Amino acid sequence: MLKDHAKLMQALAASGEITGRKKLQKMIYIAKKITFPFQERFQFHFYGPYSEELTLRMEELCNMGFVDEVKENKGGYYQYRYTLTETGKEFLSLNEIDMPCLEDCMTDMNEQSARFLELVSTILYFDNLDRKEVEEKVHTLKKKQNYTEEEIDQAYAYIEQLHQKAKPHA
Amino acid sequence: MDYAEQKLKEEKVFKDPVHRYVHVRDQVIWDLIGTKEFQRLRRIKQLGTSFLTFHGAEHSRFNHSLGVYEIIRRIVDDVFVDRPKWNKEDRLLSLCAGLLHDLGHGPFSHSFEKVFALDHEYFTQAIILGNTEVNAVLSRVEPNFPKRVAEVIGKTSENKIVISLISSQIDADRMDYLQRDAYFTGVSYGHFDMERILRVMRPHEDQVVIKKTGMHAVEDYIMSRYQMYWQVYFHPVTRSAEVILTKILHRAKELYHDQYVFHQEPTHFTSIFEDTLTLEDYLKLDESIILYYFQMWQDEEDDILSDLCKRFVNRNLFKYVEFDPAKEYKKLAELSTLFIKAGLDPEYYLVVDSSSDLPYDFYRPGEEEERLPIQLLMGNGDIRELSRESEIVDAISGKRRTDHKLYYPEDLLIDDTTKKNIKEQIRTLLEL
Repeated sequence: MLKDHAKLMQALAASGEITGRKKLQKMIYIAKKITFPFQERFQFHFYGPYSEELTLRMEELCNMGFVDEVKENKGGYYQYRYTLTETGKEFLSLNEIDMPCLEDCMTDMNEQSARFLELVSTILYFDNLDRKEVEEKVHTLKKKQNYTEEEIDQAYAYIEQLHQKAKPHA
Repeated sequence: MDYAEQKLKEEKVFKDPVHRYVHVRDQVIWDLIGTKEFQRLRRIKQLGTSFLTFHGAEHSRFNHSLGVYEIIRRIVDDVFVDRPKWNKEDRLLSLCAGLLHDLGHGPFSHSFEKVFALDHEYFTQAIILGNTEVNAVLSRVEPNFPKRVAEVIGKTSENKIVISLISSQIDADRMDYLQRDAYFTGVSYGHFDMERILRVMRPHEDQVVIKKTGMHAVEDYIMSRYQMYWQVYFHPVTRSAEVILTKILHRAKELYHDQYVFHQEPTHFTSIFEDTLTLEDYLKLDESIILYYFQMWQDEEDDILSDLCKRFVNRNLFKYVEFDPAKEYKKLAELSTLFIKAGLDPEYYLVVDSSSDLPYDFYRPGEEEERLPIQLLMGNGDIRELSRESEIVDAISGKRRTDHKLYYPEDLLIDDTTKKNIKEQIRTLLEL
């Protein structure tokens, strides 16, 4: 029953709160790529992998009163903050999904910047290419972000680290 | 002469109920249409299970793909040709990407992808880049051409104008499917003045924009899209058929992993069930194969698989009630318990289905949105986002409509020969 919604709520519960739509998108994408069974389909957009279905499901969760979305004015731009509501927590307690290592991974990703997660998710999106081609993609498609070689190294190391964290689940 | 430039001795035309004719002059396009991977699209319906609601909706992804190609051909040959900011060398790339954009769709794509966590875009790229007839044709243009086509379809190309022709909020894909689906379902929605829209499209920096004079035609297009979603694509009966289809696939997979002995072995599904699916296996799947299994599985000993297949084949679908997950999730848990007591597995016989659509969305400066808005080219050369000029579009921009329904097998619930008392409780909760 509403399993796909429940999985997202579980991810949110594991993270405590997630600030930024872009960050949320990237966290779920990375979690899915690493191993977790999220169903939302992703395509490549301006900020990297993006799922219309995820946007839609989050809006539904807000409309259902299970997730609270707060729009914050950050002086020049707006940011959205997501938390589970009490009703959401109650729903989740009735529909818990077994994803044992999710909390560790989500907590870790939540501590990273949206910019870094954008890079990590872009690298994962092109994981069928060799590293040189991936770097080319990052530099052409993410020209404005101007990622350095060092950041790309860190992103690869981070992906490996997440794989290890998620291993018991895989 | 270069293969890329080679023309047929005589133009070929396909009669088409939407565009009247689909014109082919390029040898490359003609050769692509003849490949077995493209011909496979004849055996995949454009609207999946909608034919169980709208009996005319038997058209295929083959029809639609030709339609998208024809729209792009008209744009690049009749409207963009010789315009500034349009690179003539992108013509063949645009035509090929339009023709092949749906190549990786599987049978009953939406349900199939959902159950087996597959992605048709992945397979579109895999077919274009893999050891296939399509790849052989594209490679004759130039060795790197398959990759360039795949990157446009995957939206990872640097060529944003060509991407926006095929994938944006006003693109050839949507313009074809709205009109084609309206024609084949027989509904009176879905019509708009496409000729007008095509005439006012202009290549501009990194996307296609619309001349302000064409704004009203675009308004009509957005409204027809809205109506088609709710009247056709999200029709509750179609969704009921999809629910059953999805559950059949789930059941077959579950039985396979439980070592159930099938009368009709799920040979074509084995690699999917075992997570070893290859491109070759995938290309063998089409709707004729799936429907064959459904026919055969009607006689399986597993009651659930047999019952669900009979329902799909004979159109004995689930009924539905409106459902508000926020207010009724406890009722759902209660129903689930009662279904188990009544001998009905709620995993297969009590299903919540949600549909949701956003007719048009626009980028608000300073917000983190990812959808490319429709931009108008003003008389003075300025660019203005559509909803800032159109009151009609502004009224529906960013407004999502969602609908949740709860599906159940009414015939089994009104059959009081067994578990009468429990079924009465279920009927009371469902307000039947």
